[in-house]
Amino acid sequence: MTAAEIREEILDILSDIAPDEDLSGLEDGVAFRDQLELDSMDFLDIVMELRKRHRIQIPEEDYGALASMASTVEYLTPRMKDMERA
Amino acid sequence: MQPASQESQRIVITGIGLAAPNGADPRAFRASLLEGKSGVQPYEIRYVGKTLAGVCEYDKLRYQSKKDVRRGTKAGSIGIYSANEAIRDAGLDWSAVDRSRVGVYLGITEHGNVETENEVYALQGYRFDTSFWSHHHNPRTVANNPAGEVALNLSIWGPHYTIGAACAAGNAGLIQGAQMLRLGDCDLALAGGVSESIHTFGIFASFKSQGALAAHDDPAKASRPFDLHRNGIVVAEGGCVFVLERLDDARRRGARVHGELVGYAMNTDATDFVLPNPERQAECVALALRRAGLRPDQIDIVSTHATGTLSGDAQECDALRRVFADCPRTFFNNTKSFIGHAMGAAGALELAGNLGAFDDGLCHATINVDTLDPECALPGLVIGSPRAVGPVRYLLNNSFGMLGTNSVVIIGRPDDR
Repeated sequence: MTAAEIREEILDILSDIAPDEDLSGLEDGVAFRDQLELDSMDFLDIVMELRKRHRIQIPEEDYGALASMASTVEYLTPRMKDMERA
Repeated sequence: MQPASQESQRIVITGIGLAAPNGADPRAFRASLLEGKSGVQPYEIRYVGKTLAGVCEYDKLRYQSKKDVRRGTKAGSIGIYSANEAIRDAGLDWSAVDRSRVGVYLGITEHGNVETENEVYALQGYRFDTSFWSHHHNPRTVANNPAGEVALNLSIWGPHYTIGAACAAGNAGLIQGAQMLRLGDCDLALAGGVSESIHTFGIFASFKSQGALAAHDDPAKASRPFDLHRNGIVVAEGGCVFVLERLDDARRRGARVHGELVGYAMNTDATDFVLPNPERQAECVALALRRAGLRPDQIDIVSTHATGTLSGDAQECDALRRVFADCPRTFFNNTKSFIGHAMGAAGALELAGNLGAFDDGLCHATINVDTLDPECALPGLVIGSPRAVGPVRYLLNNSFGMLGTNSVVIIGRPDDR
């Protein structure tokens, strides 16, 4: 998956986790928490969805990398580059 | 701490919110009961397949975001809807209510089966690797979940918990709320019962194995307490939450009173896991009457618990005959014949369905009795269509459950009617 495809995948996961949010104006460089109503359980949902959809295991010490869209894509790109989008 | 005046020991219902299979507010529910409209429909659930259930149609998003619905449980959703509707019905300005003085007391038959079954089912797809088990499982399945979701939704800081009392739980929630008000533990109680049981295959499968799951070609005819050919229970979902207040508080704010809890009782059979004991049931009814200072013949309407099982219905009638032996002006009805058995919500819903009798003087019927079982032939049983019974002063509501738990509440007509 390319960085753009990974971004799309994260948006898809976010639309499931935060169905009331308008994600069209999401700013990639700004922390999710500063622009969306997300709490720690929601972040665990992102981790779980990545695990379920792509079998990616994200260790707890790396959770900080999921703070924003930009940091999430950067973190996942090397880990998902050989994967196909589901 | 403890309220002292006599009026502060009188507990009244000032708000009703509910989701029933045949109505999503008290007026619609009452209308369905008077019109003979069933809420039972064809239903399918994993492993069990095609069956029947009482299914609620209510606006889930009226008081919750999509995210909260997704995160929470169905029992929580029904509880939130019912609690908000009850507050609205009570005419409360919620922003002015001291939320630290509000308590939430919801009866449940069971909770957590639905969420656990769903997780195990999903985990099967991951070869039972528990790293795929949801972090939502625990907050969804803790026993206080439905009451806790109500407290979260309404920013209630007083106590919240559920009361596990099998199918007596709806009455038990109401009783608990009243007790806490009398103790001065809260100033406003949101009390009643909820059930999401139609979403667990286990309850259907277990009733089926027990030979107690109703079946009928016509869903509307499947729930038939007191009929000779009844063949079991129709499982239903639902919820009913009452706003309870002390009478003096209710009068002070000019609240409209729906009824007063004038007596209640709970006791235990201690004889069997599932089979009822009419002697203990009769004692429970008699105790509630004694506490209310009433004679049996002063009860106008008895809302029976009967679920449509062969032995349970007959046993309850046995109990009722013992207490109401010579009460020609006492009438009996059954709400499960319309909606099925709403489990933890049943007691509260069935009471709510009868409260309209204080205003319209009608005893809604027991439907689906085509051939009355002689063992269930109570003299005042209202069959088929509503009966005008004149001014109603007292309602008595039975609700019994497995492991021999019995509950009875008696509601008196408001003083101003």
